[in-house]
Amino acid sequence: MATKHHVVTRVNGEEVEFLCEARHSLLEALRETLGLTGTKEGCLDGNCGACTVTLDGRLMDSCLVLAVEAHGREIQTIEGVASPQGLHPVQQAFLEEAALQCGICTPGFIVSAKALLEREPNPTEERIRWWLAGNLCRCTGYDKIVRAVVDAAARMAEVKG
Amino acid sequence: MANKVLVRQEFKVVGTRPIRHDGTDKVTGRALYGGDFSLPGMLYGKVLRSPHAHARILSIDTSAAEALPGVRGVVTAKDLPRPEEGIADVGEGAVNLRFLSDNILASNKALYKGHAVAAVAAVDAHTAEAALALIKVDYQVLPAVVNVREAMKEGAPILHESLRTDAQGQKGTTPTNIASRIQFAKGTLEQGFAQADVVVEREFETATVHQGYIEPHNATGLWSSDGQVTIWCSTQGAFTVRDLVSQILRYPVSKIKVVPMEIGGGFGGKTVVYLEPLAALLSRKTGKPVKLVMTRTEVFEGTGPTPAASMKVKMGATREGKLTAAEASFAFEAGAYPGSAVGAGCMCAFAPYDIEHGKIDGYDVVVNKPKAAAYRAPGATQTGFAVESVVDELAEKLGLDPIAFRMKNSAREGTRRIDGPIFGVIGALDCLEAARASDHWSSRLEGPNRGRGVASGFWFNIGLQSSCTISVNADGTVNLVEGSADIGGTRASIAMQAAEVLCLRAEEVKPTVADTDSIGYTQVTGGSRTTFATGWAAYEAAHDVLRQMKERVAKIWEANPADVTYEEGVFGVKGDPKMQMAFRELAGKLNHTGGPIVGRATVDPKGQGGAFATHIADVEVDPETGKVKVLRYTTVQDAGKAVHPSYVEGQMQGGAVQGIGWALNEEYFMTPGGTMANTSFLDYRMPTTLDLPMIETVIVEVANPGHPFGVRGVGEVPIVPPPAALANAIRRAVGVRMTRLPMSPGAILKEMGTV
Ligand code: FES
Ligand code: FES
Repeated sequence: MATKHHVVTRVNGEEVEFLCEARHSLLEALRETLGLTGTKEGCLDGNCGACTVTLDGRLMDSCLVLAVEAHGREIQTIEGVASPQGLHPVQQAFLEEAALQCGICTPGFIVSAKALLEREPNPTEERIRWWLAGNLCRCTGYDKIVRAVVDAAARMAEVKG
Repeated sequence: MANKVLVRQEFKVVGTRPIRHDGTDKVTGRALYGGDFSLPGMLYGKVLRSPHAHARILSIDTSAAEALPGVRGVVTAKDLPRPEEGIADVGEGAVNLRFLSDNILASNKALYKGHAVAAVAAVDAHTAEAALALIKVDYQVLPAVVNVREAMKEGAPILHESLRTDAQGQKGTTPTNIASRIQFAKGTLEQGFAQADVVVEREFETATVHQGYIEPHNATGLWSSDGQVTIWCSTQGAFTVRDLVSQILRYPVSKIKVVPMEIGGGFGGKTVVYLEPLAALLSRKTGKPVKLVMTRTEVFEGTGPTPAASMKVKMGATREGKLTAAEASFAFEAGAYPGSAVGAGCMCAFAPYDIEHGKIDGYDVVVNKPKAAAYRAPGATQTGFAVESVVDELAEKLGLDPIAFRMKNSAREGTRRIDGPIFGVIGALDCLEAARASDHWSSRLEGPNRGRGVASGFWFNIGLQSSCTISVNADGTVNLVEGSADIGGTRASIAMQAAEVLCLRAEEVKPTVADTDSIGYTQVTGGSRTTFATGWAAYEAAHDVLRQMKERVAKIWEANPADVTYEEGVFGVKGDPKMQMAFRELAGKLNHTGGPIVGRATVDPKGQGGAFATHIADVEVDPETGKVKVLRYTTVQDAGKAVHPSYVEGQMQGGAVQGIGWALNEEYFMTPGGTMANTSFLDYRMPTTLDLPMIETVIVEVANPGHPFGVRGVGEVPIVPPPAALANAIRRAVGVRMTRLPMSPGAILKEMGTV
């Protein structure tokens, strides 16, 4: 058994601790150790974005981050996007715009799109395409995803009033 | 940027856009895909794969791997039943079974780099991976052949000593890589070409590309001590997995249960098995549940890509623009074992047109690459690229508008295809008309190095068996159980058809995709059949519910069941307007008036309507880099009836974009020795948001008389037109006729004479 490291971190606002080997990725820790399987695995080499999370507010491919690097940091995953009050406007927009087919890319896109809209409440289509270029979707051709992000921006503006 | 639906027939639920039933689970991360599944005490499996494209396996020594702490079991081909054993007829069936089983674990030969040769189960995936390095395989490396033309030549390295060409039932006598030759003919070819004023003949090639689903293959197997086997996996067809595992392991279907998890894309690539039998075998060996998940490299190297093709097309037309003759020869790479989609490619090639004289030859050829699997309209994209390029060139030579030329020659009801079938009601012409009437076609495209191209495509769609049950809840809603993997919103499109019959809202029908123990046989989600066939099963099951509910009303009211009516959600009796009972009210009474009601249906429909599409593409070619930018793209397609138009549009857009990727970028770069050099998404570059414009859609609705709501399959045909539409656009933009896919920057510069 390889030596294990003790990691204390916050996931979706809750303090969490786990043991991991030095070679474990954050993705592996989230999925295998913590059972948070909403974050998906598509390539394990940073090229599909299915594993997107935020680490201290920054978007990351969690397959490219070591689990030990999460120590003392703040992680947000897809599981933390909706609240007990209901879905986040980005999630609602994805549903209403039919922006998912198989849905395997959807958690990554939602985490990415939410991060964009929190920084830039009213992005252009070009800006949305630029921001989401690290997330692959093989099903939709992206049209409805881009529309959903535009729609989500409008919903969020409305909520803010 | 419009999405239009040219509606011809209105319904209450069918044709609306409700939120899909499984949507919330999928936007919150709760939906469980195969890779998300786990069981207590589960082991992790990894697969050892051949580093050589062609090699004899002299011996495999697994002892060091087995001795590694944490390793619980290793399997090789020796653990698979020998297909020949116990089969009375050692003919075709045994050969096919041998191929099937050898592709799971190579026995005497590895036939492609990435071919599975052993599998390990260990306490974690890292240990399993470490164990792979300890397995010693003694290979005798053989010369490889990785190109269809080379493989067809005399003296090429032979993959299967036992393979003989099957030419329309006639068996060859010498070892070969040409597994089969098929031919279709109609009319008299010489006569057709004699009538032509213009003839165009060209050769085309397409590269090997992958389906590229984002979710890698996965399987978890549990071989229980009572002999029951359960497999959890992401598949397009749980019953297909059950059948194949049963054949490969020679184990009865009744002892195998396949639980379909959510599936992260398939496009045809998940209609076969790779890991499922291994998960079962490793579980039998270790007594523990075992889970295997492929890496992306394994997906590229070890699972079905789509065949590369080498093609020749010759077509003739009169000065007035009438097509007179068509001839084609299509050679497809089947990969390591026979069975490419060349047959389907042949049948679809000229289908959009009414041509009196034609001949099509198809060759299925084995090469040292992974065994090809279906990919969205399998075969039709390759042949469509060749034919639609030639059609375009003919229009150009004749000085005719490309849409007008296609309309003049369009297939219609009554047209006989070169491969025989006669079309019923089809929307080929309607698509062309709608394309001509689109905003896109009438818009002006100006500027240097820009061009507009158009192309059509056809896919026949399939029917096959589906089952469905519907049980009525006391609150007036229903639960619907079906067996079709939902890859893109089919729970919704199936539930909506039941809702239409039952006068319920879409949300009042709750669909579940069941495992193979819990629903009747249902074929794969493929062939664009699910909304058509399983939707039809739902329609029939809903009618079965209504029939039983009418009987119940009759019993309660002491009326004749034949007099009971059901309109707008209310039961009544002919001739007595006072007697009324809402569906919900009756639903609440079922348990006290004779018991619960469950409707059921199984179908095997034959009336699938073929699907046609016409696409328009505007491109700009950068003359310095050769890069093609897609400026505007419109897809026009006959859906018969769009049950959920948003998801029909999604199929059209997604299919078009896969076609765009195939056309412009995607390619297996193979070394001469047969190693794929670009096995990551970084180097196998699929389209991203940045590579694309919005994809405009026009849904045409020419009702399919073979379905109660007029539904045709929609999933596959949209991948067919893009390569030719883009090639035709590039031709108009910079004057070069591209005849090889992908039309990558380098290829375009070369053709333009820049490099
Ligand atoms: S799994 Fe991390 S980017 Fe693909
Ligand atoms: S919806 Fe399937 S990959 Fe995006």
